[in-house]
Amino acid sequence: MDADRIARALTRIAHEIIERNHGVSGVALVGVRSRGVPLARRIAATLASVSGEEVPTGALDITLYRDDLMRAAIGPQPVVRKTEIPFSIDNRTIVLVDDVLYTGRTTRAALDALIDFGRPKAIQLVVLVDRGHRELPIKADYVGRNVPTSRRESVQVRLQELDGVDDVTVEAGE
Amino acid sequence: MKRLLKGGRVVDPASGVDGRFDVLIDGDRIAQVGRDLPVSLAEGGDVLELGARLVVCPGFIDMHVHLREPGQEHKETVATGVLSAVAGGFTAVACMPNTKPVNDNAGVTQLILQKAREANLARVYPIGAVSRGQKGAELADIAELREAGCVAVTDDGLPIATAILARRALEYTSMFGMPVIEHCEDQSLKGDGVAHEGPVAASLGLRGIPGVAEAITAGRDILLAEMTGGQVHIAHMSAWTTLEAVRQGKGRGVRVTAEVCPHHFTLTDDLLAAPIPYDTNAKMNPPLREERDRQAMIDGIVDGSVDVIATDHAPHHYDEKNVEFDRAPFGIVGLETAVPICLDRLVRAGLIRLPRLVELLSVNPARILKVPGGTLAPGSVADITVLAPDLPVTIDRDTLRSKSKNTPYHGWTFTGGVAATLVAGRVVFSSPEAGWPTRRA
Amino acid sequence: MDVPVAATALRQRNLLGIADLSPGEIVLVLDTAEAMKEVGRRAIKKVPTLRGRTVVNLFFEPSTRTRTSFEIAEKRLSADTLNVAIGTSSVVKGETLVDTAMNIEAMSPSMIVLRHASSGACHLLARICKAAIINAGDGMHEHPTQALLDAFTIRERKGRIGGLKVAIVGDLLHSRVLRSNLLLLTKLGAEVWVCGPATLIPPGLDRLGVRVTTRVDEAVEGADVVMMLRIQLERMEGGYFPSLREYFTTFGMTDARLGRAKPDVIIMHPGPINRGVEIASEVADGPYSVILDQVSNGVAVRMAVLYLLAGGADDETVA
Repeated sequence: MDADRIARALTRIAHEIIERNHGVSGVALVGVRSRGVPLARRIAATLASVSGEEVPTGALDITLYRDDLMRAAIGPQPVVRKTEIPFSIDNRTIVLVDDVLYTGRTTRAALDALIDFGRPKAIQLVVLVDRGHRELPIKADYVGRNVPTSRRESVQVRLQELDGVDDVTVEAGE
Repeated sequence: MKRLLKGGRVVDPASGVDGRFDVLIDGDRIAQVGRDLPVSLAEGGDVLELGARLVVCPGFIDMHVHLREPGQEHKETVATGVLSAVAGGFTAVACMPNTKPVNDNAGVTQLILQKAREANLARVYPIGAVSRGQKGAELADIAELREAGCVAVTDDGLPIATAILARRALEYTSMFGMPVIEHCEDQSLKGDGVAHEGPVAASLGLRGIPGVAEAITAGRDILLAEMTGGQVHIAHMSAWTTLEAVRQGKGRGVRVTAEVCPHHFTLTDDLLAAPIPYDTNAKMNPPLREERDRQAMIDGIVDGSVDVIATDHAPHHYDEKNVEFDRAPFGIVGLETAVPICLDRLVRAGLIRLPRLVELLSVNPARILKVPGGTLAPGSVADITVLAPDLPVTIDRDTLRSKSKNTPYHGWTFTGGVAATLVAGRVVFSSPEAGWPTRRA
Repeated sequence: MDVPVAATALRQRNLLGIADLSPGEIVLVLDTAEAMKEVGRRAIKKVPTLRGRTVVNLFFEPSTRTRTSFEIAEKRLSADTLNVAIGTSSVVKGETLVDTAMNIEAMSPSMIVLRHASSGACHLLARICKAAIINAGDGMHEHPTQALLDAFTIRERKGRIGGLKVAIVGDLLHSRVLRSNLLLLTKLGAEVWVCGPATLIPPGLDRLGVRVTTRVDEAVEGADVVMMLRIQLERMEGGYFPSLREYFTTFGMTDARLGRAKPDVIIMHPGPINRGVEIASEVADGPYSVILDQVSNGVAVRMAVLYLLAGGADDETVA
């Protein structure tokens, strides 16, 4: 995917969010660190320009909820970044935004984390890329693009805000 | 029985001898030292070809050793202590009175001498207590101690508690020509200090013992020796300020001598921080000091202000050292590491020559304690240390003969070791690896 | 001055002292603590990170503040915690520290938080234990988590540490808080002044990269941060100064003295405070005081340390 296709996918997803939720009132976006956060901001900008309403947007770091922490006998800990959800999630529809959906384990961690912040009315999931190979019963509500992959491959998402360029590439594993 | 040591370098500064000579031993005495002595002189005895690389010296005397018996046999016994001594090249040791009970009476002295006779390795010279029970109040029975075999008095482990007691000790011992050996340490300045007071102690959060705590007591005793005409020997000197006091005293003709331990001229308090932080084998009293002090000890050894190198061999059980730093006892073992350290760090380093080292380890201790040895002159006791100055020696605590393994030198390599130790003409330690001949020539 | 870039992991498996941390590692702990502080603002102040891990709080000295702070941090990370205090342990029966540690070690804790009256006690434990050791104060040596929470509080208030003038006033001889703080603050580029009675200044302190003075006005002049150290009343019987009254009049922090500092100065104290000894009540309770911030930040910083050490990062795995 190049920059143009990413932009079009995000715009389409923004419209789907409005359609499905009958507008944006009561909707908030939460991006999963790292690349879910700029994606959430872009979607929020589109939502604002289409609906004329600001949509609260937060950032969620799921490191402390990862199910692979403390499993390796020895190894450096993943860096924890700040979670910033400066609004109450109670009774809101939270749209969780991530770059790639793969095993579903990150989404599982994100759901657990969100529940610790309150009791949302509903949680919906946006992903830019769904590459398959789910290990948990999780399904995205909005998908930028389905990309069939093998487990040996890896999917790289790069975004202007963090990487200086927008693209999605599939790389062969070693 | 006769024994002829052929071909070694003989270093006997007391006789002004340094060169390739043969040494003939007859029984427990030196019979003759000369060039190319005929083998026939040793008729019916041993002829040992030493080769030019070995050095024959009068036996080394360690005048500051803790043998721990009676009372603390889990650390060391007289038997294990003298085994350690001869393996380290010492033909005699003088042992400190801070045993349990304290060696402040003839009974303890006789016990130590009895154990030494049974072990029959190095000679053992007990040192008696200055004060009864080392309590610093009243003089011990010094005449009785001398009669039983003590060669000096000290309250080592502690300083002589008061100036008046130090004065009385110096006066009283002068009747017998015995030295008073002083552990110099102002107790109020030491407080509950555990390390040299300086930047290292400050950064490690250890309570400090300033160098001046040592110099103050040394200064006191030097003045008292001057006043009384007594003989004071400053034990385990570590601080540059103490050396200054000793130099001044000597300059005025005071009967003062001083000893330095190998750790105080090779190590500094940096060893408390690395490689093993808070290593209790780097904890001794006086403490490892800073570079200025270490350098001063070297200077004193080089310029003659220091009379003696002694080890302050202070064995402690592993369990006693495997505790928090401030709870660990002071002290390290030294008998088996001293000679390699001295040969490497003093002689090989070019700071002093072998005859000077022999003065420090043999001639002067014998003179100060007025004990046999210190020379290879004909008629003197055949106590001999044979050195292998080129031998690489790696210190391994697990192979030490001492019952205790508390050394900070574990894993260190030095050049120079001991080839053999002879006491009263008898070979009590020998090392074929060091070049000691394995079969009779 | 440049702000050090955060490291990605701690190189050592223990936290024995600030002396062992690089500037980047210190920043990593502070950054991680920011994330942890957010956890403390949530409705449910608990994350599952250390589930199934056991942390032993081994305290050989009485401590309410540090122990409870660690305990809250451990619980917020879902660790199982076990408190062993001297009064209830076998130490009173003559057991050695090594034996106590080996017994605790046999219960397979992941981490041991140690408070001990002997400097270097944690180094001894680190040599014999498989569990990671966190120093919660060893004798007169270090109290690294205190310095980290102090730094966190300063950074939170001032936005930086480099270039700030920090005055530390009090008992410089016995204070482990001082040692950890001066190491940390100098590593991050602060200008550190220390001040106390000449009897409570260890010789050699001036060689540790700080300015030493006995004049409190000079130390406080233009300071961004004034940190008061506790006068341990029980230790002063040795006669380090004549009376508490004289100490307060000479070194105690008052509004008048604080007037010499920058207008936006913050005043800190590791607690517990002796009102009217090292600090006047109007200063401790006044607008410049961040003493209670320090306490709440302590939990976040200790969560960060526990988290970062829980992975068991080893020298060999991090080049």
